[in-house]
Amino acid sequence: MKPTRLLTAIALCAVALPSLAEDVVVYSARNEQLIKPLFDAYTRDTGVQIKFITDKEGPLMARLKAEGRNTPADVLLTVDAGNLWQASEEDLLRPIRSKTLQANVPSHLRDPGNEWFGLSVRARTLIYNTSKVKPSDLSTYEDLANPKWKGRLCLRTSKKVYNQSLVAMMITEYGEDKTEDMVRGWVSNLATSPFPDDTKAMEAVAAGQCDVTLVNTYYYGRLMEKNPNLPLGIFWPNQNLKNKAAGVHVNISGAGVTRYAKNPAGAQKLIEWLSSDKAQNLFADVNMEYPVNPKNTPDKTVAAWGSFKQNLINVKEAGSLQVQAVKLMDRAGYK
Amino acid sequence: MLSHSLAAPLKTPSAGVFVWPRFSGWMALALLIAALVLVPVAVTFSSFTQTGGDILAHLTEFVLPELIGNTLWLVLGVGIGVSVLGVSLAWLVAMCEFPGRRLFDWALLLPLALPAYVTAFVAIGLLDFTGPLQTALREAFGPMTLPEIRSRGGVIFVMSLALYPYVYLIAKNAFSTQGAIALEAAQSLGLSRTQGFFKVALPMARPWIAAGLMLALMETLADFGTMAIFNYDTFTTAIYKAWYSLFSLAAAAQLASILIVFVLIAVVFEQRSRTQMRYSSVGRSAASRRIKLSPTLAGLAFLYASTVLAIAFIIPVTQLALWAHEVIDTDLDSRYWAFAWHSLLLAGMGALMVVGVALLLAYAGRQRPGSFMMWTQRLATIGYAFPGAVLAVGLFIPVAWLDNWLIDTGRTWFGFEGYEVLKGTLLVMLLAYLVRFLAVGFGPIDSGLHRITRNVDEAARNLGTSATGLLTRVHLPMLRASLITAAAFAFVDIMKEMPITLMTRPFGWDTLAVRVFEMTSEGEWERAALPSLAIIIAGIIPIILLTWRGSRTHN
Repeated sequence: MKPTRLLTAIALCAVALPSLAEDVVVYSARNEQLIKPLFDAYTRDTGVQIKFITDKEGPLMARLKAEGRNTPADVLLTVDAGNLWQASEEDLLRPIRSKTLQANVPSHLRDPGNEWFGLSVRARTLIYNTSKVKPSDLSTYEDLANPKWKGRLCLRTSKKVYNQSLVAMMITEYGEDKTEDMVRGWVSNLATSPFPDDTKAMEAVAAGQCDVTLVNTYYYGRLMEKNPNLPLGIFWPNQNLKNKAAGVHVNISGAGVTRYAKNPAGAQKLIEWLSSDKAQNLFADVNMEYPVNPKNTPDKTVAAWGSFKQNLINVKEAGSLQVQAVKLMDRAGYK
Repeated sequence: MLSHSLAAPLKTPSAGVFVWPRFSGWMALALLIAALVLVPVAVTFSSFTQTGGDILAHLTEFVLPELIGNTLWLVLGVGIGVSVLGVSLAWLVAMCEFPGRRLFDWALLLPLALPAYVTAFVAIGLLDFTGPLQTALREAFGPMTLPEIRSRGGVIFVMSLALYPYVYLIAKNAFSTQGAIALEAAQSLGLSRTQGFFKVALPMARPWIAAGLMLALMETLADFGTMAIFNYDTFTTAIYKAWYSLFSLAAAAQLASILIVFVLIAVVFEQRSRTQMRYSSVGRSAASRRIKLSPTLAGLAFLYASTVLAIAFIIPVTQLALWAHEVIDTDLDSRYWAFAWHSLLLAGMGALMVVGVALLLAYAGRQRPGSFMMWTQRLATIGYAFPGAVLAVGLFIPVAWLDNWLIDTGRTWFGFEGYEVLKGTLLVMLLAYLVRFLAVGFGPIDSGLHRITRNVDEAARNLGTSATGLLTRVHLPMLRASLITAAAFAFVDIMKEMPITLMTRPFGWDTLAVRVFEMTSEGEWERAALPSLAIIIAGIIPIILLTWRGSRTHN
């Protein structure tokens, strides 16, 4: 039968040929349009070809695990620290010694065991309705649990890792009980059930359904670029605190070299290049994120939102406390 | 001339009593197909050998009670929703004459090409507090409280609109082959048309409606995308939570196993209700004897069908087109040809495979009916109720294991260099699609086979036709509409499929669905409109083909 023959022929053609030694293979949870420009630039710079496949972190890690020693992947790239921590827990990554990465990536944005490194910073901050809220009314993430925000808060779902990381950070400073009280406070202040994404939550703030929400800044940038007249302002919380919870909560998009990389040297070079002056702005600006390397200034639009103090707890805590944070949010009824 | 045997119940052993069957080649074939599906099932169930830690205990205490209720409500609501929409529209189109009927005949299938999460996103965008409708109402009449779209009712509403075509298409085929006969028989017994519908035509069509309903409900149970947009917690969202948020694939697989057991229980009930009423009839009838509706009723029928079509398809697609228009200049590049080509090729080959294997499986059941065969068939089609990503891992793990063995053996004995043999080939992808979508092929084909009376088989056998001859010369021509239905279901489902495609695609084999994933993974829904629209356009082709061929067979 013809279809069978066609099928066999195509299947045979598609059997992947063994990759050349110089190629670097990347498993990426950062989506195609955010990484391909960088990989193209790297190829132009160095002549090294990059093969990559995108998927969510969970399936990518399951894939690495199942493939074991025979994985084609050299690099794992994710959009949050929690999953990198988990990859390292499951022994999917290997430590790399790199003076370049040590110098380019601040210590709280990389693994103390050198298995993964942040490449861009994602700040989670407060967005408020400028016609209903004065910036002086706002202060901290913790304050959003204050009854004065009753019926005025909008949140994205607790299923998103960004909120899980934020709560994990709170646990490091305040412990579980106090953090749980805070989350309960958030929940009781909600104006409406949690939203599936940051953009929807900001649109609700702009439409007056609620007054304040919590988002990653690049969503704000994207929304304002499309619709500059929205009555939305950005506020940097926790700037005046003196404890460990001080500073804006940040997460990273980052990468590590896989345990069974076929081209570990090439993989390390790629990650080092991504942390370099040349790549940092390309990496961050394409999605209005912040460069991880403090020497590089962010994109103009992003810089106009003002500078802020980052929270300095190592982002690996986002991973090690994630399960605790998720359970806590379940108990507090944060959907 | 019509030849039909009305209400001729077939002898089948009752489902509950297990009779160990005489073994045969057909049975071996059915078992082989089921074995393929049982591989990921076995991998999933093997999670019970690992400890999920206290994750399962936590979920049981704080998460499961609510979402089991949520899931039951959802299944009940969507079940009623798709049945009412699907059956009523099928009856109108198959049995009644009203303006636009010929158009609605195929147009009402179009929502099938639209992924449910797209309908969900558009519905929320239009109807939520921030949407244009509520904004306009607020501006005109001041602050007000309207029913919340992001609610249980909203999810049921959207899922029903997205999934009714499964019931509609299969019921329409049933009505157009036997509806008129049923009505005639009922009227000759002195029943009114309404009574005839409820007392004769509907009960006769029940097995086929049930087949469509099972497909819709299995898809509802496995759905993640729509539930995520509504933030509506179901069993499947808990499975993903255990895996992605609580880092426990083991706990996720354990929950998935429980889900599968529930589905199997539901299957038993459905099967019981079906075996009690198995009718076969052959008839090509409806076209000439459609009910002429009064002008008022015809107008209402038109209004009803066009409202459903507008909400389920035209409005969402218009919104998508507007969004796509905004990004078309920057996003549409030459790569799209490759994405579309990959999608069409995979969906085409996948649909062929699904139809071929589903036909064998259904045919094996006709050759060797019985409870053993019934269970084999049911197991073989369970993949459709699996949450996609869990099934993808369940398939990937054994493939990777086999690959590792092949690579190590190849290296030792033949100096093989490389890290992929099977994985990273289209074969694995296609097998995965087969496991996932065998049910959507099997449903229409199996119910189509049941409509062919056994008298035909006997007559052919008496004339000395072999089993293969019976299939190719007698049954296949009679099954044409069912085969095309099965192929179209499988085709559009594969076009829309995400988790399996993402996990098993070879390097460089990005499809339109992969594009949708790239955009939606960072919340860029408007940019996802372009690939979504491309999927819909590509999905419409088989739907039009389907009805065109289908109507040629009927008339």
